Amino acid sequence: MDYFERFAIPHPSPAIYASMVAIGFTVIALIFVLTYFKLWGYLWREWLTTVDHKKIGIMYLISAIVMLFRGGADAIMMRAQMAVPNNTLLDAQHYNEIFTTHGTVMIIFMAMPFIMAFMNFIVPLQIGARDVAFPRLNALSFWLFFMGAMLLNISFVIGGSPDAGWTNYFPLADNEFSPSVGTNYYLFALQISGLGTLMTGINMIVTILRMRAPGMTLMKMPMFTWSAFIANVIIVFAFPVLTVALTMGTFDRLFATKFFTTTDGGMDMLWANFFWVWGHPEVYILILPAFGIYSEIISTFSKRNLYGYKSMVGSMVIISFLSFLVWTHHFFTMGQGALTNSIFSITTMAIAVPTGVKIFNWLFTLWKGNIEFTTPMLYSMLFIPTFTIGGVTGVMLGMSAADYQYHNTMFLVAHFHMVIIPGVVFAMLAGLHYYWPKMFGFMLNEKIGKITAWVIAIGTLLTFMPMFFSGLDGQARRMYTYTESTGFGIWNMISFIGAIGFTIGFMLIVYNVYYSIRYSPRNIGMDPWDARTLEWATPNPVPFYNFAKQPHVNSVETFWDSKNNGHELFPEPYEDIHMPSNSGMPFILACIFFAWGFSFVFSMWIPAILSTIGIFICMALRSLEKDPGYYVTVKEIKETEKKLRGVQ
Amino acid sequence: MSELFPLKQVMGFALSIILTIIAAGVYFLDGISFPIIMTILLVTAFIQAGLQLVVFMHAGETDDKSAIYTNIYYALIIALVTIFGTLLCMIWGYL
Ligand code: HEM
Ligand SMILES: [Cu+2]
Repeated sequence: MDYFERFAIPHPSPAIYASMVAIGFTVIALIFVLTYFKLWGYLWREWLTTVDHKKIGIMYLISAIVMLFRGGADAIMMRAQMAVPNNTLLDAQHYNEIFTTHGTVMIIFMAMPFIMAFMNFIVPLQIGARDVAFPRLNALSFWLFFMGAMLLNISFVIGGSPDAGWTNYFPLADNEFSPSVGTNYYLFALQISGLGTLMTGINMIVTILRMRAPGMTLMKMPMFTWSAFIANVIIVFAFPVLTVALTMGTFDRLFATKFFTTTDGGMDMLWANFFWVWGHPEVYILILPAFGIYSEIISTFSKRNLYGYKSMVGSMVIISFLSFLVWTHHFFTMGQGALTNSIFSITTMAIAVPTGVKIFNWLFTLWKGNIEFTTPMLYSMLFIPTFTIGGVTGVMLGMSAADYQYHNTMFLVAHFHMVIIPGVVFAMLAGLHYYWPKMFGFMLNEKIGKITAWVIAIGTLLTFMPMFFSGLDGQARRMYTYTESTGFGIWNMISFIGAIGFTIGFMLIVYNVYYSIRYSPRNIGMDPWDARTLEWATPNPVPFYNFAKQPHVNSVETFWDSKNNGHELFPEPYEDIHMPSNSGMPFILACIFFAWGFSFVFSMWIPAILSTIGIFICMALRSLEKDPGYYVTVKEIKETEKKLRGVQ
Repeated sequence: MSELFPLKQVMGFALSIILTIIAAGVYFLDGISFPIIMTILLVTAFIQAGLQLVVFMHAGETDDKSAIYTNIYYALIIALVTIFGTLLCMIWGYL
């Protein structure tokens, strides 16, 4: 029995026991439903073994939404705890665990898969490809991300959650100050999903560079594809740093090395340094694809070409480079001298310039545009002013001397939420409405969608604007309570009300999905938004081979040209299509990775060694396997197309 | 005959062996200071890496040459920026 004691929760509470029971019941219910409706085979054939970029995209999307609710539940608990002074809803330890998992889940397991979902689904369609360059690797990326996410998510019922912040600063995160296995969970969950992200990075770069349709030069790529390209370049250069830092941290915790210790020649702040060498580029990995989605939406619903295409691309290239030059702004107060801080202050402020260029390009696109206010457009319009508040406060934080005042207060918390929520979350919701018909073949309800957009935007402002004030008044971040005499009570109460607004907003989204599944018309045709780019030249939902015939591209908005300027999109005859075959290997390999991570978390060496061997066996099998794929014949294509277009 | 003999590869191979010997030799040399050791190691390491990329990994032999070199230079610049930036805020910044 002693052996199993390690799995116990170090700091239990009724809520955690309740969650355990709930998780148990959900699993049983799931198994029951799958068995009762005989869905195991379907699940395995259509989803677990799929290498189709569209299905993988949809799986990313579902995971991201589930994680959004998980992180959202954390957020509500934090805001409820803070709503009144001296509250005892959560104690200090639980509060620590909750803000840590909130941050980690939201950045790594919500925002990242959300952008991965759109990159996977949209990029191959936008460039006229049949799939990504390495479809099976793509499936592996997804399953690694998924297993990483699961590993972090079981931490609160098995062994204890991480509690050293999503930034996981050492020496707080080392064994002495964080004795539970929580931080191990953090290290391994991020390591496993980070591997998946790095593979996606390479996969997407190769896809975009090598698989574009004839005629699509780099400067004729749609803006979303450009943004995905740049984001993936940043991934490939930034993620290795995280990998190395996580490995060093793991060695410190499991094998008593001294990289980040305060004694024996260790350098405690080196972790913070590495973390932000990855961390700042990471925020641009998130924001650039979001900008790409806004660009598509704004140009579609302004009925205009995107203003300043070249400067848009140029500013992204500059951002990709500058994003590697600013990381020290996250620890201006660490004690390095004024010269160092000034250098990084200047680079930080410089990055606001290309960001500003993009904002102005959108405004100029709108100007003289023929604007149509759909839900995606509404989100984009709400994004511009709200994001600007976040950006401007970012520049304030970027002044190192002033940052001594703002650092680690609620002002900082307000800043990054005011950039990430309008920047990333609004973009994802806008993208969700915009591409929903592409994914599922019907539209989300516009009326509910617009109400939701307003509710969420007001929720954002209500929740985060008060933090600017309480932060300037001195309310520190990550404190689990405060006294009445501080006067922070009113600000935090407003925040809590805003958080409730958010909750209502997200419930409205769920309701909208339900409502639209039931009542939305299915015969929406190919092009419900009157769009401009190539992804809309396929039926909705998209057949598994994407394009029946090879498209030919003449401009940035080749689909628009084919509709209005007589461009011949599909000049070639039908041909047999070569497709990659499904494989269970990525899923199995990722499951072994899960076991591997779990064994390391609890320092169980024998299972750790066995699963390591398992990983290598899988890789060897893959190397020896011959996978010629298969062909879809012209006859089959014609039949499928007739069926798809016949319905319309 | 000369077109059959892979002169470039043989030269590359010899050079990489020599570079390895020089780098390994540092261990056996007594009485040189730490900065000199590091300089020797860094210089040989960079030449070695470049050699491997160009001669044995065929950078620059295909039509996507410019993409490959752009990538390498970009990586190099980012690596240098990261290293010197880290030195700046972890060590030099305190002087
Ligand atoms: C206009 C450009 C921006 C500038 C000048 C800027 C500047 C800064 C600075 C100086 C800090 C550190 C403040 C402190 O710790 O005292 C910071 C923190 C942060 N920023 Fe920004 N930022 C910008 C845009 C963004 C964007 C676009 C995102 C995300 C999409 C973002 C996400 C974050 C996050 C997550 C943190 C802090 C995380 C933490 O400490 O937990 N920022 N920003
Ligand atoms: Cu930053």
